[in-house]
Amino acid sequence: MSVISHAVGTPLDRLDGPDKVKGAAVYAAEHPVDRPAYLYPLQATIAVGRVIALDTAAAGAEPDVLAVLTHRNAPRLASAHDAELAVLQSDEVAYRGQIIGGVIAETPETARHAAHLVRVTYAERAHDVALRPDRDDLYKPLNAAFFCRGGGELMDGSPADSAVGDVDAALAAAEVRLDATYTTPINHHNPMEPHTAVALWSDDELTVYCSTQGVTLSRDLLATVFGLDPRRVRVVCPHVGGAFGSKVYCHSYAVLAAMAAQIVHRPVKFALTRRQMFSLVGYRPATVQRIRLGADPGGRLTAIAHDVVVQTAKAKGYAEQVAVCTRCMYAAPHRRTTHRLAPLDLPVPTIMRAPGQAQGMFALESAMDEMAIACGLDPVEFRIRNEPGVDPETGRPFSSRHLVDCLRDGARRFGWDRRGPVSRARREGAWLVGTGVSASTHPSPRFAGNTTTIRAGPDGRHTVLIAAADLGTGTWTALTQIAADALGVTVDEVELRIGDTALPPASPAGGSAGIDSWGTSVVETAGRLRALIDSHHGGVVPPQGLEVTSDMPDNPDAAHYAMHSFGAQFAEVRVHADTGEVRVPRLLGVFDAGRVINPKTARSQLLGGMTMGLSMALHEQGVVDPRFGHVVNGDLAEYHIASHADVGSVEAYWVEAEDPHTNPMGSKGIGEVGIVGTAAAIANAVHHATGIRVRDLPITLDKLLRQPVVEE
Amino acid sequence: MEITLRVDGQERRLVVDTRTSLLDALRERLGITSPKKGCDHGQCGACTVLLGGRRALSCLALAVAYEDAEIVTAAGLAEGGDLHPMQRSFIDHDALQCGYCTPGQIVSAVGMLAEAEAGWPSAVSADPDADEVVLDDAEIAERMSGNLCRCGAYVNIRPAIAEVARR
Ligand code: FES
Ligand code: FES
Repeated sequence: MSVISHAVGTPLDRLDGPDKVKGAAVYAAEHPVDRPAYLYPLQATIAVGRVIALDTAAAGAEPDVLAVLTHRNAPRLASAHDAELAVLQSDEVAYRGQIIGGVIAETPETARHAAHLVRVTYAERAHDVALRPDRDDLYKPLNAAFFCRGGGELMDGSPADSAVGDVDAALAAAEVRLDATYTTPINHHNPMEPHTAVALWSDDELTVYCSTQGVTLSRDLLATVFGLDPRRVRVVCPHVGGAFGSKVYCHSYAVLAAMAAQIVHRPVKFALTRRQMFSLVGYRPATVQRIRLGADPGGRLTAIAHDVVVQTAKAKGYAEQVAVCTRCMYAAPHRRTTHRLAPLDLPVPTIMRAPGQAQGMFALESAMDEMAIACGLDPVEFRIRNEPGVDPETGRPFSSRHLVDCLRDGARRFGWDRRGPVSRARREGAWLVGTGVSASTHPSPRFAGNTTTIRAGPDGRHTVLIAAADLGTGTWTALTQIAADALGVTVDEVELRIGDTALPPASPAGGSAGIDSWGTSVVETAGRLRALIDSHHGGVVPPQGLEVTSDMPDNPDAAHYAMHSFGAQFAEVRVHADTGEVRVPRLLGVFDAGRVINPKTARSQLLGGMTMGLSMALHEQGVVDPRFGHVVNGDLAEYHIASHADVGSVEAYWVEAEDPHTNPMGSKGIGEVGIVGTAAAIANAVHHATGIRVRDLPITLDKLLRQPVVEE
Repeated sequence: MEITLRVDGQERRLVVDTRTSLLDALRERLGITSPKKGCDHGQCGACTVLLGGRRALSCLALAVAYEDAEIVTAAGLAEGGDLHPMQRSFIDHDALQCGYCTPGQIVSAVGMLAEAEAGWPSAVSADPDADEVVLDDAEIAERMSGNLCRCGAYVNIRPAIAEVARR
């Protein structure tokens, strides 16, 4: 069925706005609980080895300390299958910063002080944290789908390798060739709200107020670990203070908080410090990517190869889908992608906004710029010339693909035609000025596991229940709009409830699938409710009200179409000729994201993605010290994220184009596509400004100064 | 120790540790969670409150030192339930996403406008001795850079502030 639009498509103000501007929206740490105790963790100070002795006497003797938890006295978990969640189940240390215990006390100050009194002795083993493509222990991922819970070879379920035709022969025969290696560092999500769990038990039932992108998934993981019926676990999270992937999978801290609450028989609050987040909540893994392109003299690609080495953790073989973007982007008869994992003694990586796509498209879109130059073509024209008619590796049609429109419309809005082809040609005072372009893409799937209940009252009011999440994505507002249209009522007549496992289950907010999945579930249920009112109640809600619950239907089109969002991003940069300082006065993106549910919140999502892309391009790098095996710049003063003064003008537009196949709303994902390609657009603009090609993120000034500067 | 804090016009008695930050006193002892904890190190601005009318990072302040100070949080800016013009403007411009940095941004913006009104220059002011500060986008960006927003709402936050500044 399709939805008649009244609310969908209107730029409704955020419904949670009034609470948030006052600071009244309740985040995980802020749920009032009775007499909470506070936990401060003990973290390993070696990279690999065993804990052989623990002296907790001084800590335990501090007044107001309630318990010191270590692997010696921790409750045995029902399942230690998942290495990431098997907290305190052995004396083994797999990475520096791993949780090896915790102190629980009456106040946060006491817990923290006492934690520093615990003396730990280790038997240390040699560690290895160096990501090199020539390591002899690289391996092809296996069963890594969905956080290594089985299925496909990569996190997103797709195969590690793909091949069409004969790439090597095509490359050898190509008249224009490119062979370049691009590298991206560790990135950390750093949502402003630190990860927090407040856990309490009553009669063998566990409640956790937890900062999570998916209460249902967190509940299921906790239930498995503690051996509980999922109905005896409740996870609550109405508001998330940013997440970006770091709050999808439940991490060790939530398990530790629940264990602690079990031991002290009281609610326990565990809010991570910013520094602890650098080792305990995952991160975007570093990559080394070799791209080879071959083209004919007319600028048509004949071969594309994208070979990836991406790091993972020895503790758990998380496998990111870095080259998967290359499988759908450009036409070429001969093509290959591969992924190999480098197992390091580092914490377990996780998904971070556009996992794989963000790094993969930096490499591919930088290479496309280099190749356009090699072919003597404008980079926009070069991309258009290689636009595929169907998904190049599967042969399936795209459910919708308006990348060329995005490139053309973006070029027009940006003033791309004013750009000269020669690099290092424009100088304003001390600043070298350049512009660059990149394409963007992200899959637009729908996730299973969604159920909605809708209660209609005789007064025309409807309550819509689904355990969805709002991470700042605008779910409270957009899902209400979808429900209003599907029910044929106004937004004011809909009361949405999300973020609680007491509600019907929902898939997590991730993979750009949130609104598309939950919205489909809401539309389906609303349709059934309206049909029931018509068929059995003469078109009128009975006085006692009516309730309908329904699962989300499968999408029969999913097997027949390739479903992706697309976009084109344009950047203007200024590079200081003497200092190498890079500024980005202007970013402009045009996106193909299907039907836009709420233009106001959607634009914010895209702007936010582009801003994070700018940050990725210029600032962000988790620096690992090979001697100790930890990220040394573990705070917001040393791990730079873009601030107000780093961000100039950012504009986001979209082509008006409903997708006929993705879902009943006609929408596609918008949460991640905004960050994809931004770094390449900026790197390409830096090249245009300076003549220097930076293939290694972030683009810091040392990389621009190290190059010999030839005044032209 | 037992102290009295004046928060959003109300006097509250509470017991704190000498190590307790003003932020933890508000959040953990008094349940006043409008100021947020983002870093606890003075690096993000989420905990910004007005102390005697000036913006301050409550994570870097020790509670025991603020016995007599007038503390205002974002919740206190909304007088009698009516949103402050800055809060209204943030909603109009969609200058927030997750909302976690938002109370700090708003309090900081209100404090910043008072600083500009008083003629305080910033690092990007062309003439540090000028009597009047013209709050263009660069001035607002510079003066607000102590407030990080990981959702990347900056390009909506600055117009929201500029609109209030123009009034
Ligand atoms: S919490 Fe105070 S500045 Fe970050
Ligand atoms: S709105 Fe999320 S950090 Fe600013």
